[in-house]
Amino acid sequence: MGFRDLMDEVKLRWGVHPAGHKALTSECAIECMPLPERLTLPLAQHIGAPARPVVTPGQRVLRGQLLAEAVGAVSSPVHAPSSGRIVDIGDYPVAHPSGLTAAAIVLKPDGLDEAVDFADCDDPHGLEPAEIARRVAAGGVVGLGGATFPAAVKLGLGRRNPVQTLLLNGGECEPYLTCDDRTMRERPEAVIDGARLMARALGAEAIVIGIERNKPAAMVAMQSAAAAHPEISVRGLPARYPMGSEKQLVHFLTAVEVPAGGLSAEVGVVVHNVGTAAEISRVLRTGEPLTHRAVTVSGAAIARPTNLRVAIGTAVSAVIAHCGGVRRDVARYVMGGPMMGMLLPGTEVPVVKGSSGVLALVADEAGGGEASPCIRCTRCAGVCPIGLLPFEMAARIRAGKSEAAVDIGLKDCIGCGSCAYTCPAKIPLSHYFSFAKGSLAAAERARLKNESIGKLTAARSARLEREAQEKAEAAARRKAEREAAKRDAARAVAAEAAAGRPQDSQVSA
Amino acid sequence: MLIAVTSLTLIAGCLGLILGFAARRFHVEPPETVSEIEAMLPGSQCGQCGFPGCGGAAAALAEGSAPVTLCPPGGPALARALAEKLGVAADLGAMAEHEPTIATVREEICIGCTKCFKECPTDAIQGAMKQIHSVMKEACTGCGKCADICPTEAVSLVPLPTTLGNWRWRAPACA
Repeated sequence: MGFRDLMDEVKLRWGVHPAGHKALTSECAIECMPLPERLTLPLAQHIGAPARPVVTPGQRVLRGQLLAEAVGAVSSPVHAPSSGRIVDIGDYPVAHPSGLTAAAIVLKPDGLDEAVDFADCDDPHGLEPAEIARRVAAGGVVGLGGATFPAAVKLGLGRRNPVQTLLLNGGECEPYLTCDDRTMRERPEAVIDGARLMARALGAEAIVIGIERNKPAAMVAMQSAAAAHPEISVRGLPARYPMGSEKQLVHFLTAVEVPAGGLSAEVGVVVHNVGTAAEISRVLRTGEPLTHRAVTVSGAAIARPTNLRVAIGTAVSAVIAHCGGVRRDVARYVMGGPMMGMLLPGTEVPVVKGSSGVLALVADEAGGGEASPCIRCTRCAGVCPIGLLPFEMAARIRAGKSEAAVDIGLKDCIGCGSCAYTCPAKIPLSHYFSFAKGSLAAAERARLKNESIGKLTAARSARLEREAQEKAEAAARRKAEREAAKRDAARAVAAEAAAGRPQDSQVSA
Repeated sequence: MLIAVTSLTLIAGCLGLILGFAARRFHVEPPETVSEIEAMLPGSQCGQCGFPGCGGAAAALAEGSAPVTLCPPGGPALARALAEKLGVAADLGAMAEHEPTIATVREEICIGCTKCFKECPTDAIQGAMKQIHSVMKEACTGCGKCADICPTEAVSLVPLPTTLGNWRWRAPACA
């Protein structure tokens, strides 16, 4: 460890050092997994509005064909990972701790893997910035680090705020996961190319790639790939969880703090994942949309832990079976990393765009146990990357006062779980915060609904009033018509009479 | 002993006098709350609270004869807001039991009489004469007026279905 690294370690006053377990898969090259029997493609694999299907059951589709289009400004399309027939569009289990279902398109691959004609591009660097963002959006690229925010929306941030720096997140601070590490080692040119394209779309002058120092091989690969480009610098990061969190990364690498509740673009920085960069390079050069991704399959229960390139929509059970199945009792299946990943209710859920890992953990790894009372040791406050007081927030939430927890920063909590990880009393701190955030979101939904009900009621009274008025008007009109008809009839009678006596014509007129 | 008792009594007495004086001197007339409370209520006049409408409920709330948890469509959020407004403690325990419900139409027995959607205070039911009616979940307050009027009992209130959009974590076991 050099002097600078030592200074970094001293400087950082937050974070935890969970056991990495990265050696399980860090030397396993990303191998392509063969296509499974069927692919389940959820319509909401991103943050934002779910995509709208443009295919019908029974239809045959080709690889790369659009299956569901983006709806609205923050959304992302879904494409077919292989050729085959659409079996169904309906509700299927998805990766979510609730075990609930969500709308998905089910595709049965026919094994021919016929593709649509892709519009490849030899020189994507010659494209206009807006055109780069448009193609990224059309390619269905979302943040592959796990946040799944549509990448093109983030590329458009440069239009609203001047962005000076593009940060590439190669931290991969979650234990077990090595797919970003492998991507940087195997495709460093693609990462650099994608980063330069993103910087062009953003109008950013500098690119900084942050890589944790526990990935020396990735660091060397990226440094040699970036050597030809003076605007790119590759920086080492202390191996500390949650280094890969956006606000922490920005603060560490640029010494600028992102304001509470704000976006990093407001301080002129946009952060993307290295995997996203590699995909953007591929999408722009080949014209092929995002339909596959690198996934780390790991955990002590997996017979053959490795890194796989998996077709999106492949069931977790198929992925695990490809890796030799499980060899020990599984305490917990997790999608993503063990710290912030999604607890899976079962393995019949599909791998989606945001799935960086599939973990089968045994009881020793899963941790847990009985919680005991808080002794106010304040270790949780010491590790919190935001500088919050987790023990105090949890105490307030436990007393049923979620609003009081908001007063001391619940909304700034990034849910990294460092506090719960470090708690010697095993208090499920992050569970408390998820619960409180859920209650607050429910209260907000109720408030919005109340507002909309007020509007609807007002609209109804307005409609009833209008209808009554229209009815009255119609009645008045009919009455007038009737009277006019009566008058006309009377006039006609009078005219007839007048025809008999011409001298009275002036009177009847 | 005597000195301590006397001095403390004197101090307490003085402070009591000051407080009593301040309570009279700085007394603030309670503001016109009824209309403000009425503005906070949903305003759909659904009658689930047992009062003739939101106006009646607001009046009862202002004089303190009704609990702040009276409005089911408003839910705990409104109860909390009302409690804050009125400066009373909200007993949300009673609220939690009242699960939000919405109306659903059993299509096989709906005769398309249009009675329900004429009754609906938020225009949440769509349909036409001799056509099957359906409920728009986002607009339904679960007031049950449609269920009461339906001649074939095709409309019933069911608990709001849990979706990925409204699912949330339960409280930790030790809470």
